[in-house]
Amino acid sequence: MKPRVSLLLSLALGAALIASLLLGSVPLSLARVLAALAGGGSEGDSLVVWQIRLPRALAAAAVGAALGMSGAALQGLLRNPLAEPGILGVSASAALFASFVLYFGLATIGPLVLPLAAVAGALVATALVAAAALWTRSVVTLILIGVGLSSFAAALMALLMNLAPNPFSLADMVNWMLGTVDNRSFADLAFAAPFLIIGMAILFAGRKGLAALALGEETAEGLGLDLKRQRLGVILGAGLATGAAVALAGAIGFVGIVAPHLVRPFLRYDPARLLVPSCLLGALLLVLADIGVRLVPTESELKLGVVASLIGAPVFIWIAAQRRLA
Amino acid sequence: MSALEARSLAYHAQDRPLVKDASFALEPGTLTVLIGPNGAGKTTLLRLALGLLAPDSGEALIGGEKAHVLSPRDRARRAAYLPQQRPLVWPQPVRDIVALGRFAYGASPARLSPADAQAVDDAIAACGLGGFEKRAADTLSGGEMSRVHLARALAAQAPLLVADEPVAALDPRYQHEVMRIFERATRAGTAVLTVVHDLPLAARYANRLLWMKEGRIIADGSPAETLTPERLAAVFGVEAEVTPRASDGADVRIIGPSAG
Repeated sequence: MKPRVSLLLSLALGAALIASLLLGSVPLSLARVLAALAGGGSEGDSLVVWQIRLPRALAAAAVGAALGMSGAALQGLLRNPLAEPGILGVSASAALFASFVLYFGLATIGPLVLPLAAVAGALVATALVAAAALWTRSVVTLILIGVGLSSFAAALMALLMNLAPNPFSLADMVNWMLGTVDNRSFADLAFAAPFLIIGMAILFAGRKGLAALALGEETAEGLGLDLKRQRLGVILGAGLATGAAVALAGAIGFVGIVAPHLVRPFLRYDPARLLVPSCLLGALLLVLADIGVRLVPTESELKLGVVASLIGAPVFIWIAAQRRLA
Repeated sequence: MSALEARSLAYHAQDRPLVKDASFALEPGTLTVLIGPNGAGKTTLLRLALGLLAPDSGEALIGGEKAHVLSPRDRARRAAYLPQQRPLVWPQPVRDIVALGRFAYGASPARLSPADAQAVDDAIAACGLGGFEKRAADTLSGGEMSRVHLARALAAQAPLLVADEPVAALDPRYQHEVMRIFERATRAGTAVLTVVHDLPLAARYANRLLWMKEGRIIADGSPAETLTPERLAAVFGVEAEVTPRASDGADVRIIGPSAG
């Protein structure tokens, strides 16, 4: 079952990526896009595909993959189908650090300052939550600490916006909070990649422990799960991957909740087998959403995070209403 | 060598002692029932004995090895544990839940070796769950779910089985079925330690009773030796009649709360 689900999602993702390369201000046919991809084609085509469209499509896929897998892992760890990377305050802290950099105009120092700040914010939040995870045995406490952290980061962010020195800083911060993969380059991708890959590898390595947690933490420990290590691994992995995602695209919500839910029934609800398909579906959803923002004829382009929330929030409510086990 | 040995285990939480100086040793092939009123510290004692909780003092040995030295996996291969609280979050099929019992062997529900699959099938058969393999957990009754959890614990095929109130949600027939599953396991050499609140049931099946009150083990022996109306009144505050059985064990009839 799993290879089939993952295979179908991979094929769909590949098709969506190619479709996304066809979109843009310069009309390019499929043949010209494929030629440019293969290294042929005109210099202009090559530039458009390799410098503008491919990085954008890959950034959307990478962000969706990181959020989808982080969501699946956090839901398994916290045994809560409504969990998401944002629940531990990692997204909010990453966005806060990014806003901070924008507020003081530090982003002009170099192109990497802003992404570095986002990853640093995610890691700070991750470290705080990791310390809390070692200190408390209760998942509810852990979630509440995450919610508190998240609210505090949001409050500080609101404070920064409140005190914004000029409309340009405010606009920058708002852009960051809305989330987009417009104008991303391979340099942006290359910076985020190590965090993304290490984070997702850590999550993947801990997948079997997530299956044991389906029966509760006490049973999981009885089954031979090292609970502390499992928690640290998931929090670190999700922190790194989410930090990289925020660095690439700003705050984008709901992918981490929606993707695991949609694939779960096809995997017999096994939290271990959920990771890879959630990752693929998260990537597919964001690539499709990014195609969507370019197809909608609005004056200024819709932000990816806005569309993701507009679609994701109702789906989230629908999922919450459909829950089978309390 | 004892399957499980507790040496002067003690534990307190928030200045309140929960377990005081508890010692016992379980031999392979015996069914031991831990009895005592609510709040006596039974669950805490089980967790201490399994090394899932670090004691204030004393130590626990599982199969001769110190529990706190064993890795979680090694410990799980020596002792299967069925806790009282078993909250399930996903509506997984029965067979996948039972298969989690093989976790300590590196198995996962999606990937079972032939030996793992055999252990899972045996456990499903032992708990009378044939035909339920593909049913989703949320379509089962409370009693059926209890048997699924028991099957999960049996699937580990560990030399020691520790079960906290395994018959709590079961009707009389399945209460006896579960105790018979334990009996069969002991005949195969497993040491079983279980908490049961139904005293007649405990008296009927146990080889040995561990009596617990206010954190202490106050009596330890066969039902014939330790079951007396006086002790039942002192520990549980009930008035009861005890009739020794010809073969082994005893019949207990609880009349009601003791006067005064």
